[in-house]
Amino acid sequence: MSTTALETKVALDQALDLNTAPRKQSSVEVTDYDNRQTVGKITVDHPKMVCRGVNVYYGEKHAIKNVGLDIGANEVIAFIGPSGCGKSTFLRCLNRMNDTISICRITGQIKLDEDDIYDKSVDVVQLRARVGMVFQKPNPFPKSIYENVAYGPRIHGMVNTKAELDDLVRDSLERAGLIKEVEKRMNEPGTSLSGGQQQRLCIARAIAVNPEVILMDEPCSALDPIATAKIEELIDELRENYTIIIVTHSMQQAARVSQRTAYFHLGDLIEVGETDQIFTNPKHKLTEDYITGRFG
Amino acid sequence: MNKPTASPPTKIPSRDIKTIVNAGLARRHAAERRFRWYGLIAITLGLTFVVLMFANIIGKGYPAFWQTYIQVPITFDATVIDPQGNRDPQAIETADYAGLVRAGMRQLFPTVQGRLELRALYGLVSSDAAHELQDRVLQNPALIGASQEVWLLASASVDTLLKGNIDRTLDESERPIKDNQIEWVDKLQAAGKIEKQFNTILFTSGDSREPEQAGIRGALMGSFFTLLVTFLLSFPIGVATAVYLEEFAPKNRWTDLIEVNINNLAAVPSIVFGLLGLAVFINFFGLPRSAPLVGGLVLSLMTLPVIIIAGRAALTSVPPSIREAALGMGASKLQMVGHHVLPLAMPGMLTGSIIGMARALGESAPLLMIGMVAFIVDVPKGLMDPSTVLPVQIYLWSDLPERAFVERTSAAIMVLLAFMILMNGLAILLRKRFERRW
Ligand SMILES: Nc1ncnc2c1ncn2[C@@H]1O[C@H](COP(=O)(O)OP(=O)(O)OP(=O)(O)O)[C@@H](O)[C@H]1O
Ligand SMILES: [Mg+2]
Repeated sequence: MSTTALETKVALDQALDLNTAPRKQSSVEVTDYDNRQTVGKITVDHPKMVCRGVNVYYGEKHAIKNVGLDIGANEVIAFIGPSGCGKSTFLRCLNRMNDTISICRITGQIKLDEDDIYDKSVDVVQLRARVGMVFQKPNPFPKSIYENVAYGPRIHGMVNTKAELDDLVRDSLERAGLIKEVEKRMNEPGTSLSGGQQQRLCIARAIAVNPEVILMDEPCSALDPIATAKIEELIDELRENYTIIIVTHSMQQAARVSQRTAYFHLGDLIEVGETDQIFTNPKHKLTEDYITGRFG
Repeated sequence: MNKPTASPPTKIPSRDIKTIVNAGLARRHAAERRFRWYGLIAITLGLTFVVLMFANIIGKGYPAFWQTYIQVPITFDATVIDPQGNRDPQAIETADYAGLVRAGMRQLFPTVQGRLELRALYGLVSSDAAHELQDRVLQNPALIGASQEVWLLASASVDTLLKGNIDRTLDESERPIKDNQIEWVDKLQAAGKIEKQFNTILFTSGDSREPEQAGIRGALMGSFFTLLVTFLLSFPIGVATAVYLEEFAPKNRWTDLIEVNINNLAAVPSIVFGLLGLAVFINFFGLPRSAPLVGGLVLSLMTLPVIIIAGRAALTSVPPSIREAALGMGASKLQMVGHHVLPLAMPGMLTGSIIGMARALGESAPLLMIGMVAFIVDVPKGLMDPSTVLPVQIYLWSDLPERAFVERTSAAIMVLLAFMILMNGLAILLRKRFERRW
């Protein structure tokens, strides 16, 4: 089922008229998600982000099909699913990184708190300061470790003095669990660190601007188990202050770090629910196949 | 239906892989060896030509860096230089210094008599000698009235003779230097009054009809001003164009068209740009002919596509992960380009630009079209002064029959090559410096 922006809008408006107060669990009025294939409860009590009727097209290709999902405040939600199912695509919708792809077209509604992030009045610069991102491959800037972390606060004008900036950089590195390793080499290039350290540097860089949501696209896929464990530990700590969305191919990782899990399949959001429930008692056949297939 | 009966095992698996590979191994090694030989032969051939070229140019041009001077006793006669005795600069400037030189020559060879003989004697020194004396007196008026031994520039024919480039056995009428002159030169040489000194004139003066007075200073300055204009125009415009096309422009039919046209421009023969410059800058805008400004404009047209193409290649080679990182941090597009992409692309852009500039330095055809081929004695002092450039100077000198110009042609080529090497060295240096900043 493919919907145009207009249809989605109409559907939303109708929904607003029909369903009133009792349904109001999230700030966005919900459409007929009962008719969708998604199994499980897509809404949460305290949503940070609310996505409704999201469709993504790469040219003719329909990569995300009418996905609705709430992301709760201060939760870690994992996106899982087979390769090419659209996890990254959906994730990149949440901070509008897909804007850079000229053939990519997005319809539907995504809200961060009360703001529609695809609204004309929203500047991507501001959005991306609020929704940070950590990529699959560690991609520190080819500048010093210090500069890597200082970059975000600097371009957003978050600090006034050098001392404040120094503190912020140290604090971010500390929260990313990297400070001990880099204390003595702040002026060395970020690219001279090991892969795991680089990824933690990227996390430090992301949290330096104090975002509300952090998107992580397979942050550990290039790392060894020890570095992975460190990052997972870090994610757990960061949950206190941030909402984290993590794409992962590792079931174990999803099970370890997330509270909720969403399973994507060929652009559809098949099932979403508490992580424990998804892994122990999947309701949808596809989810079960995927999970059992992986667990052997 | 019918179950496949156990077919006899095929032949191939029975032969083991080792023998199969070994059978082909000799052939593979031979091919590799052959290829290596082709490479070696190609490199040797290339190097031979380079060495031959350099040997030829240096062999021909080296003598031009030395110039013959004759020591002449000069009396700075006050009655000639300053008849009024009031040290009037006007009078001092217009005095008959050639007369002083002639007197000096007569003093060297007091026995020479007769108009023709004397004329031949005076012909030993360059006509520039008078200017030399004038300069000395103007700089130091205290010289007036004194006597001094002065090293004066010898004429080109004497210089050529001393460099062994005139066959003394030829008939007198076929030589540029006469028998009596040769005799005098030999005498001077025996007396140690003639010697070769480093040729500073080559680097300090402009073009001249007299080879011994001709230098490349004018052409060098012309080249400098022309390249200055070229660089100041084509580098910023080229970089800005490359950045816009690569990072900001929407990909549509118009940008495709622009891209194709830029690529085509890079392949347009340079003389066409000269014609364009003549039509547009000189005939339409009325800029002066032979001016470095126009030359620079024309060469900018020629260099721009090269810089744009190199710039775009440098930009595309910046990894997309860096762009994503910057955008993901909330950098605007301009910040992404300015803070991250451009610094990383700069070495490539600079290399492209310097290669483009080196090409512009060696370009002569389009400059012929806009009149930078004129015979210009004065060293240009600005963008509007008529001037020529090094390659055109080489072209002009190579057309002249005098032996002294032949060696100057080669000397000028050596200077041009030296600048090319310098520029390429600069390109490497800049690249290294930028690369060290990761
Ligand atoms: N830039 C693009 N242009 C065209 N199609 C794209 C583009 N990016 C992704 N796609 C297509 O969209 C679909 C979803 O891709 P996406 O990258 O979101 O998958 P994924 O779930 O992240 O896969 P993986 O687990 O392998 O990373 C794929 O079929 C892919 O071919
Ligand atoms: Mg992906």
